[in-house]
Amino acid sequence: MNRINKKLQEDKKLLSIYFTAGYPSLTDTVSIIEDLEKNGVDMIEIGLPFSDPLADGPTIQASSTKALKNGMTTEVLFDQLKDIRKTVSIPLIIMGYFNPMLQYGVEAFCKKCQEIGIDGLIIPDLPVDVYKEDYQAIFEKYGLINVFLITPQTSVERINFIDSVSNGFIYMVSSASVTGSSSGFGDVQTSYFKRIANMNLKNPQVIGFGISDHETFTQATEYAKGAIIGSAFIKHITENGASKTEDFVKSILN
Amino acid sequence: MEGMTKENMMNYNVNEKGYYGEFGGAFIPEMLYPNVEELRQNYLKVMAEPDFKKEFDQLLKDYVGRPSPLYFAKRLSEKYNTKIYLKREDLNHTGAHKINNTIGQILMAKRLGKTRIIAETGAGQHGVATATVCALMGLECIVYMGEIDIARQAPNVARMKMLGATVVPALSGSRTLKDATNEAIRDWINNPVNTHYIIGSAIGPHPYPDMVTRFQSVISEEIKWQLKEQIGRENPDYVVACIGGGSNAAGTYYHYLHEPDVKIIAVEAAGLGVDSGESAATSVLGHEGVIHGCKTLLMQTKDGQITEPYSISAGLDYPGVGPMHAHLCKTGRAEFMSITDDQAMNAGLDLCKLEGIIPAIESSHALAIFEERTFKPDDVVVVSLSGRGDKDLQNYIEYFKI
Ligand SMILES: Cc1ncc(COP(=O)(O)O)c(C=O)c1O
Repeated sequence: MNRINKKLQEDKKLLSIYFTAGYPSLTDTVSIIEDLEKNGVDMIEIGLPFSDPLADGPTIQASSTKALKNGMTTEVLFDQLKDIRKTVSIPLIIMGYFNPMLQYGVEAFCKKCQEIGIDGLIIPDLPVDVYKEDYQAIFEKYGLINVFLITPQTSVERINFIDSVSNGFIYMVSSASVTGSSSGFGDVQTSYFKRIANMNLKNPQVIGFGISDHETFTQATEYAKGAIIGSAFIKHITENGASKTEDFVKSILN
Repeated sequence: MEGMTKENMMNYNVNEKGYYGEFGGAFIPEMLYPNVEELRQNYLKVMAEPDFKKEFDQLLKDYVGRPSPLYFAKRLSEKYNTKIYLKREDLNHTGAHKINNTIGQILMAKRLGKTRIIAETGAGQHGVATATVCALMGLECIVYMGEIDIARQAPNVARMKMLGATVVPALSGSRTLKDATNEAIRDWINNPVNTHYIIGSAIGPHPYPDMVTRFQSVISEEIKWQLKEQIGRENPDYVVACIGGGSNAAGTYYHYLHEPDVKIIAVEAAGLGVDSGESAATSVLGHEGVIHGCKTLLMQTKDGQITEPYSISAGLDYPGVGPMHAHLCKTGRAEFMSITDDQAMNAGLDLCKLEGIIPAIESSHALAIFEERTFKPDDVVVVSLSGRGDKDLQNYIEYFKI
């Protein structure tokens, strides 16, 4: 069974952390992953940096620009991760934009992910319709789970479609925004969280965007299986250094 | 197009899935899906409404000043021993073809109940055209512009502000057109309900390339009857236009795409030279990839990171081309040429001296092909003069030390 599915069966709320590979320094990737696992994080999204990250706010944009300047490429990332399964056993997901994958070759990319032990992918600009028609068979051949986003504006019909194509979890974007915005959740978000929870989808939901501290993590996981933190973690290591994951994770989980 | 007849020609228009051959589509984050889908479901319907057509045509006539003249450039024709006709988009209100599209899109936005308009701009021409129609309709207008472009296009920034628009500097990436487009898309993600994004060229996710092309197609619609009036036939031997994202070109070609006796020439900016590392000649330097929501030819690293183009002309300084043009290039329907900064600047000055017209530097690229390529004496060559050179005066002054 895919590590993501296994993790989702555990009887706990999941904390997932996103970080940009190759940031702050090119060689920080592996140690950040190992530290996150050691400190109790349940799942990790490894960001493959892109020059034009359309769905990201300033924090992730800046970390991506820096990572690219540091020399991060698809090849380099795969090379850094080649022995990752010797030390890390939690689910690992690569999150990145479609063009770098397209240039690497979608099948070659998936094959490499399987070899390394990557469990899933999140590709914000690969729409579910295109995925289903052109790429689903390839992803499945290499045992990869593809994760799709939904937002407060996504129609019920489309949520059901996304649920039917998904085989891991649904990434629930907390509010209409790019990453790293928002401060706290109000009634609008809570009623959206409730509405989705009540749909009884086949796939569990994990909430992301705008989760930055213990409070927002707790609010989000009241209605969902887990939550993803990205910008807030990147800000933390920007200010405190790449080795300072422990205090961040503690502050979220208390 | 040897051996081509109207009957056996390929389809160069968009198909029902939003593709031109293998190019196009809508590679957008889910956050944009409701907006883009709303547009996709409505744009053809709205454009076909008699009310919409009437208002669009009326504004093009009374406000933009259409039809724009088709002018036989006698002295230029003598110089190159062929028959050159200039489609005078430079005479439109705000000085370029861009306004054809913004008029269409602002009417579309109103029909869809939108109250807030966003746009990206490079040189500021599209920004000015958007700010203009927002003033006309009383809608809020936010224009994203790269910090570097803001500095080098001060007069257009002032125009936009006078017209009531808010100009927001794009501070990310290379701080030029590509990044302004990213910022506009992010704004749309953050404002998914009340906002319409007026894209300024035949780029972006489906249905944008097709919608922009249809609004710009008035250019070739007019060329047809104007040529008929002037020389007794609708079809020239060649249609020529410069390509940034490709909106003036799409409009100039549109009604000729399926006329096999009309040859199409697309002119890209070579910058300092195609091999110089400072160029925007996407058809030569680009590879298939995804940029700003569509699959097309774009300039990128081997690794799929989008690279920075260069051209003296801010309007051609874009790392991709619209998907229709990628298809015209790949299928050989259009002949692609690239013109350097120097060639364009000289062709621009030449037009001033020979015809008394100061062209936009973008348009000067299209004019420069006559030095590069010979035409027969009785060939009829229609060139899109996409804009006037007022916005480029500083560039001309510095380049020619005037
Ligand atoms: C006068 C003029 N011509 C051409 C262009 C290039 O755009 P497109 O390729 O969409 O026509 C621009 C863009 O700013 C322009 O201002």
